[in-house]
Amino acid sequence: MTKSDLVKRLAAANPHLFQRDIERIVSTIFEQIAAALERQDRVELRGFGAFSVRTREARVGRNPRTGREVAVPAKLAPYFKTGKELRERLNGA
Amino acid sequence: MAGKTVTRAQLAEAVYQEVGLSRSESAELVDQVLNEIVESVVKSGTVKISSFGTFAVREKGKRVGRNPKTGEEVPIPPRKVLVFRASQVLKDRINAAAGRAK
Repeated sequence: MTKSDLVKRLAAANPHLFQRDIERIVSTIFEQIAAALERQDRVELRGFGAFSVRTREARVGRNPRTGREVAVPAKLAPYFKTGKELRERLNGA
Repeated sequence: MAGKTVTRAQLAEAVYQEVGLSRSESAELVDQVLNEIVESVVKSGTVKISSFGTFAVREKGKRVGRNPKTGEEVPIPPRKVLVFRASQVLKDRINAAAGRAK
């Protein structure tokens, strides 16, 4: 499923709303999550999961083609932990 | 800077501000969006949100785990797990923001 499939499904479930409003709703939600992660805030959605930002230490990597060592700087990486309810649903609970 | 937690309530408030539905309908739509993603992931496996990331289901084989407290071996049955891969756009945004904050 892509974002546009998601919009179509929501539009079908909400015939009283314009599709462009649904698009704005979906975009706003993901934009809010992204903006929170930019601030390094955590986003906790019960039953779904939690997004957070983790730190990756600087390390020495290697160019796989040439085998040459390259310095990889420290960076931040978004992380998602699946919520309990969703984890159980995936396994047919 | 860090340390705050955003929940459904803030997402609903943002939808309310942005779209002009009632507060309760905004909250209801946030739930619907998350539920659609859950249903889709459970049924078909992959949900791809452009410039945000991809949710995909990975099948894990069975393995032998260990209770870290007692050292006892416990079998872990095969199971499905959800993995989120952030898009390059999202990773870049987060790192660019951190760079600006320094």
